[in-house]
Amino acid sequence: MDSFVSAFAEAGALLVSFDPDFLSIVGLSLRVSLTAVALACLIGFPLGALVALTRFPGRGVAILLLNTFMGLPPVVVGLIVFLVLSRAGPLGVLGLLFTPTAMIIAQTILVTPIVAALTRQIVADLWVEYGEHLRSLDAGPVTTLATLITDARYSLATVVLAGFGRAIAEVGAVMIVGGNIDHVTRVMTSAIALETSKGNLSTALGLGIVLLFLALTVNAAVQIINTSAGKRAALA
Amino acid sequence: MVARLTRLFLAPAMLAALLAPSPALPADNDRTLLLGTTTSVDNSGLLGPLLGAFHDETGIEVRTVVRGTGAILQLGRSGDFDVVLVHHPEAEEAFVAGGDGTARHPVMTSRFLIVGPRDDPADVRSAADAADALGRIANGKFDFISRGDESGTNAAERGLWGRAGLSPWTDRTGWYRETGAGMGATLNMASVLSAYTFTESGSWTNFANRGELTILFEGGSHLANPYAIIPINPERHPHVAAQAAKSLVDWLTGPVGQSFIAAFRVDGTPPFAPVR
Repeated sequence: MDSFVSAFAEAGALLVSFDPDFLSIVGLSLRVSLTAVALACLIGFPLGALVALTRFPGRGVAILLLNTFMGLPPVVVGLIVFLVLSRAGPLGVLGLLFTPTAMIIAQTILVTPIVAALTRQIVADLWVEYGEHLRSLDAGPVTTLATLITDARYSLATVVLAGFGRAIAEVGAVMIVGGNIDHVTRVMTSAIALETSKGNLSTALGLGIVLLFLALTVNAAVQIINTSAGKRAALA
Repeated sequence: MVARLTRLFLAPAMLAALLAPSPALPADNDRTLLLGTTTSVDNSGLLGPLLGAFHDETGIEVRTVVRGTGAILQLGRSGDFDVVLVHHPEAEEAFVAGGDGTARHPVMTSRFLIVGPRDDPADVRSAADAADALGRIANGKFDFISRGDESGTNAAERGLWGRAGLSPWTDRTGWYRETGAGMGATLNMASVLSAYTFTESGSWTNFANRGELTILFEGGSHLANPYAIIPINPERHPHVAAQAAKSLVDWLTGPVGQSFIAAFRVDGTPPFAPVR
């Protein structure tokens, strides 16, 4: 019980300390995970919509794979990216191993299937609802896609948050490809793992509380944007 | 409508551009050095101040990646580090003999320790030597937690079991458990279970979650833990920062680095002894 109490004290102290080391860890966590989620959306939104709206041979298999890859183990993704980026691997000459870029690549691979699979489901459901109508209006593919995605934007915001949750919380991939280098590739989750291994359990738990607080802030920001956008749309 | 769609896709693209790190700079061979080292060195807290002092003096920033000795040597073999600091003499000699490293430079030693519950049911405290201590734990089938991760500490522990004529990791006995994890994770488990484990002074002096654990056996020639630094061979891996690696080796084995190691204390105890 003592360690829970001291963990909250540590979390509070960290949050108000503005310690530059701590802030750089928080900053890197946000930079890596937000970049990965942005890239994953860039790939996953069109990919999901495409699979939802087109018919091609092997589509059932593609959907099955997308859904399965939502559960990709971070440590496996980390290992694969590691093998590719290692000096002994095919992309070794780029010298990207143990850099934030490597961490972004790994998290993008983790998050893209989540974004694509959920987008596919949302767009497919909307197509059932509006498909007939759009066809009767003789809407082209661009207009169709635009209508569906615009209509789905609030659901898609939740998809983005699901992806962000996955990225900010994982440690398996960033630990392997980032190497947890102080001031270079250390993020919240790998710092928590490190403090745990030193036996500093209340510091580790304190960092965990701060991590939850960060996730809360990002989620709250998206919710506020969504609500205000919804009000504007209703007034328009 | 199309404009809206464009916005929808542009937003993440703009965010990505905003947040993306600058493309990886080609390794600046004079200014940064990638060091692969072991959990025992890192957990001791020595590296931060030691490499900070090296940075102040030479301007070279050392970035450290921490794994067990086995994994570090494997990564070194691929050329993923510029220099490695590890503790498994036999594996190190093979590493240099195989042409993966240029030479092995001894830096410091720490002490292997057998730690366990304060009440010491196996009576390890009165053991004649380290092998006898392990034999007592095996005889009574008391819980023993092993790294099991091919780290330097794990290799030394297995060597001692060999001296005792035992190989408990091959018989599925139940009292001998392998975490397959770093020293910290292993000490955490031993602490929770009040079990025996094999550790070394670098990790132990800085470990905060000891619970009922205490040092039960130390000393003797079989419990010395030598660390050496090995630059990765630039002939095999031309991209390595050979010049900076040489600077680190010279500094660590020279008078400034050696006296820094000698003066380093955790709670008044020196976890490492310099080699000269």
